[in-house]
Amino acid sequence: MKIYNGGKILLGLIIFGALFASPFYLNMGKVSAKPELKIDTPEIQKLEDKKCVEPKEFMRAEHMQILNSWRDAVVRNGDREQIIISGHKYEKSLQNGCMKCHSNKKDFCDKCHNYMAVKPYCWDCHIAPKEKKS
Amino acid sequence: MSILFSFFAVIALVVAAYAGVKIANLQFLFGVIIPYIAIALFILGFIYRVLKWGSSPVPFRIPTTCGQQKSLPWLKQNKIENPSSTAGVIIRMALEVLLFRSLFRNLKTQLRDGKLVYGEAKWLWLAGLAFHWSFLIIFVRHFRLFLQNTPSFIKTIEGLDSFLQVGVPLLYMTDVVLLGTVTYLFLRRVFIPQVKYMSLAADYFPLFLILGITASGVLMRYFYKVHIVGVKELAMGLVSLNPVIPQGIGVIFYIHLFLISILLAYFPLSKLMHMGGVFLSPTRNMANNSRMVRHINPWNYPVHVHTYEEYENDFRKKMKKAGIPVEKE
Repeated sequence: MKIYNGGKILLGLIIFGALFASPFYLNMGKVSAKPELKIDTPEIQKLEDKKCVEPKEFMRAEHMQILNSWRDAVVRNGDREQIIISGHKYEKSLQNGCMKCHSNKKDFCDKCHNYMAVKPYCWDCHIAPKEKKS
Repeated sequence: MSILFSFFAVIALVVAAYAGVKIANLQFLFGVIIPYIAIALFILGFIYRVLKWGSSPVPFRIPTTCGQQKSLPWLKQNKIENPSSTAGVIIRMALEVLLFRSLFRNLKTQLRDGKLVYGEAKWLWLAGLAFHWSFLIIFVRHFRLFLQNTPSFIKTIEGLDSFLQVGVPLLYMTDVVLLGTVTYLFLRRVFIPQVKYMSLAADYFPLFLILGITASGVLMRYFYKVHIVGVKELAMGLVSLNPVIPQGIGVIFYIHLFLISILLAYFPLSKLMHMGGVFLSPTRNMANNSRMVRHINPWNYPVHVHTYEEYENDFRKKMKKAGIPVEKE
């Protein structure tokens, strides 16, 4: 089979292959570790019933929606009513609610966000908690 | 008929993925084996098609031009629309590939009061351009799932795409544009009679397939959320040749992945090959230099030529006798 303009076609095919196969050779020999979250902060250790406001699967998928609706309730509607789940009170707040237990942003929030290259805009306004470098 | 056939073909694919994962628990088949086969078919099939085109000779120099060609020195040449050099061809091709220059000339022809009139028809160009660019941006964005440390330019693209900061997870503008333009491209085939007349199942099927992929992706991001960290684990496992099936990824992810696998496998067999084909269009990628460079038809086979010199050698005596002038005595 004779290829006309073989040089140009080969160059095009090399570019095509290099682009589409890039994830394969860029990951060669690299070990990808999945993120491991730490939920052993002192505040959580103190809890008798180690439960978040919603079950784990729900929180994993929908935590941003909860934060968003809390923000709307508190900032826009002035509704700071606490959430009571099985006798335990939770602040409707990122810093005083979520981060009270999950005080380890680096080992909790950032783990998955960095892994997934997600940059939530929480910290555009909120001040990230000070943590010891781990 | 072709519309319904394509529509139900895509529905059947969705049902197959749903049943395969939800009922038969074939996560490994739909998450690993089929994607690998699809990627191999896509890359090898693509190369095969391009090489096959490359082996077809171009017998004539046939660029279609629309500007003044290189001529006498006082006539101004249109160097891009009628290129005579490689640089001109490259600029012309870039305009074609990146901005769909030739589609921009799309015209609408109508009979009005017995007269044939031409009018502008830019909607197809606009929707086509928006569709292709959105698709490209979405494709590039997905590389965050395939690379351990996402390069900053991908993060930048993602940041710009979600710039409006609507809702959480942030709404991507390209998602909206892609859904809108695919819908437009489909409706156009249905509502313009001439276009409908020449539309085949091969035209509707890719549209429905892309619509299915986009819809499942949008549902997965904004509505029925999946275990996204698991999705990345699966994707990283695929590209590092170390496949894993994490538990608890939603079934909608497998539907999304299966439709993409079908698209990849179908790609080299279909009109979608215009992705490679646009670069191999002789009417676009040739310079209009037929008055400067002789184009040799590669099909030419050796023809026995009887030159005038040989003719004269054969008949010199008889020519002289008849008084016909000869070049050599």
